[in-house]
Amino acid sequence: MTRTAPAVTDERMIDERLKPAGLIITLLRRPEVGAAVAALAIFIFFSVSTQAFLTPAGVATWLYSASLFGIMAVAVALLMIGGEFDLSAGAMVGTTGLIVGIVTTEWGVTIWLALVIALAIALAIGAANAFVVMKTGLPSFIVTLATFFILQGVNLAVTKIITGTVSIQGMSDVPGFDAVKVFFGSSFALFGMDVKISIVWWIAITALATWILLRTRSGNWIFAVGGQIESSRQVGVPVMKVKMGLFMTTAGAGWLVGMLQLFDVSTVQATTGIGQEFIYIICAVVGGCLLTGGYGSAIGAALGALIYGMTLQGIVFAQWDNNWLKAFLGGMLLLAVLVNLYVRRQAGVRS
Amino acid sequence: MTPGDTSAAPPILEVRDIGKTYGSILALRGVSASVGAGEVLCVLGDNGAGKSTFIKILSGAHAHTHGKLLAYGVERTFGSPREALDLGIATVYQDLAVVPLMPVWRNFFLGSELTRGFGPFSQLDVKGMRRITKEELAKMGIDLRDVDQPIGTLSGGERQSVAIARAVYFGAKVVILDEPTSALGVKQAGVVLKYIAQARDRGLGVVFITHNPHHAYPLGDRFLLLKRGTSLGGFKKSEITIEEMTKLMAGGAELDALAHELARA
Repeated sequence: MTRTAPAVTDERMIDERLKPAGLIITLLRRPEVGAAVAALAIFIFFSVSTQAFLTPAGVATWLYSASLFGIMAVAVALLMIGGEFDLSAGAMVGTTGLIVGIVTTEWGVTIWLALVIALAIALAIGAANAFVVMKTGLPSFIVTLATFFILQGVNLAVTKIITGTVSIQGMSDVPGFDAVKVFFGSSFALFGMDVKISIVWWIAITALATWILLRTRSGNWIFAVGGQIESSRQVGVPVMKVKMGLFMTTAGAGWLVGMLQLFDVSTVQATTGIGQEFIYIICAVVGGCLLTGGYGSAIGAALGALIYGMTLQGIVFAQWDNNWLKAFLGGMLLLAVLVNLYVRRQAGVRS
Repeated sequence: MTPGDTSAAPPILEVRDIGKTYGSILALRGVSASVGAGEVLCVLGDNGAGKSTFIKILSGAHAHTHGKLLAYGVERTFGSPREALDLGIATVYQDLAVVPLMPVWRNFFLGSELTRGFGPFSQLDVKGMRRITKEELAKMGIDLRDVDQPIGTLSGGERQSVAIARAVYFGAKVVILDEPTSALGVKQAGVVLKYIAQARDRGLGVVFITHNPHHAYPLGDRFLLLKRGTSLGGFKKSEITIEEMTKLMAGGAELDALAHELARA
């Protein structure tokens, strides 16, 4: 990058600095573009290299896989744009499933009431996360790490005390199970695929989150509190409310995914969701979210989950050793972070 | 304050013999000044002179403990910045209250977004906000190629100007500028001074806080000099020269001593 031009005038210099950085950079400024390119590449790769990937059954399989991660990734992306993490998001999926399982099969609570109880507890835990983070000023990483371990321990211990085992069986015998299954565990035929209802939830939530982020005041405030919390306070953004809403949304998404899994297979393990919290964060980062907050996209996070779902199933179809998935995931994450860094530099943000 | 200065309309903002104590600490005392529409009041002082306390009183961040504060001729004690803001007294702090990664127009309307529709279906009036942002900046003489660029990509002077334009658009009658030029280079500082002049010409009262007499003198109509928490007096432009101002600020004797010390033997 040597500048061979002779001495330029002041006006020229200013003009030069303001010049657009070129089409590719302008395009790359959209946070989800990198993920879209990667998703397309992986789609083509597995479509060509395996027989099963592009069959209706194959597509339905990886879409289902992506949808469960996608719902959480979108919620986690909103939270990350708002400048926070939630490591308890994975354990929350297990907690809500276990609550519904236990109160219906062990205590005979009606299934609809059980859903409401589980949602209320999830939202309360989300609100508690937000409250501790905001009141103490501690990093949410450490606060929700604590929540994560508490939930993980409670999930196992309480399930053992009440049922004597580490899983809930017999959900399908609970009265009203089939009625609820319509919303959370059903599927329908489309283009010869057996499409699970969770895919509809995933698309709807991604669309809703995108609309909120880009076209509502709340969305503006999410970007603001994640980008520069002090400035947001000074111009009157209700910082506490925004963060509270984000943590509760993530917890609510945990509940939804908990229900989607419970009503799909009608059992739940006490270890459900453990170890997935980082996958949600990776999906969000691959989708363009900055770890420092204030930047990202819901569509990007959904694409990040799509990449994960395709790779997870693609590796199975290709009959490779499943352990390659983790290595791939790590490589993908590193690549995404590097792309983010590059884009941020090109965008020339002087923060 | 000269006695013959009383015009028909009271100044937008006036302080008389105002002071502030924090417990036993006297942060500011005996300061009088006023600013009217289309006027620039420059508040000058070295570090620790009481400029920050003065801003905090005017902006409503801290209530004064002595003297009187009048807005439009009515005595007030501000309990919060919101109260000052509601009277059209806006403060632009050094950090400008902007979010660097967000587009210019989103920053312009942050916290006071325009929406369309009702209840849960209300959504941002993106077109309207983009247009108004462009128009308001144009009125300040800032021609942005793209209001969608992150505000962090603007120069320091431009960002400062956006913050001023925002305050004006949201109904400010007086803007208090906290050291708007201190972090800027010579050229950028000049740009900001030009925008301040533009705001003044549009009938805005400006309180310009600075420690740089060279920035204050060309722009100011009145000057308030602070030192060690007290006023060295208020001056009209005709009553003081830039050299006198510099000397007063630094303390004439001290400056002479310094000159003597630094002179080559």
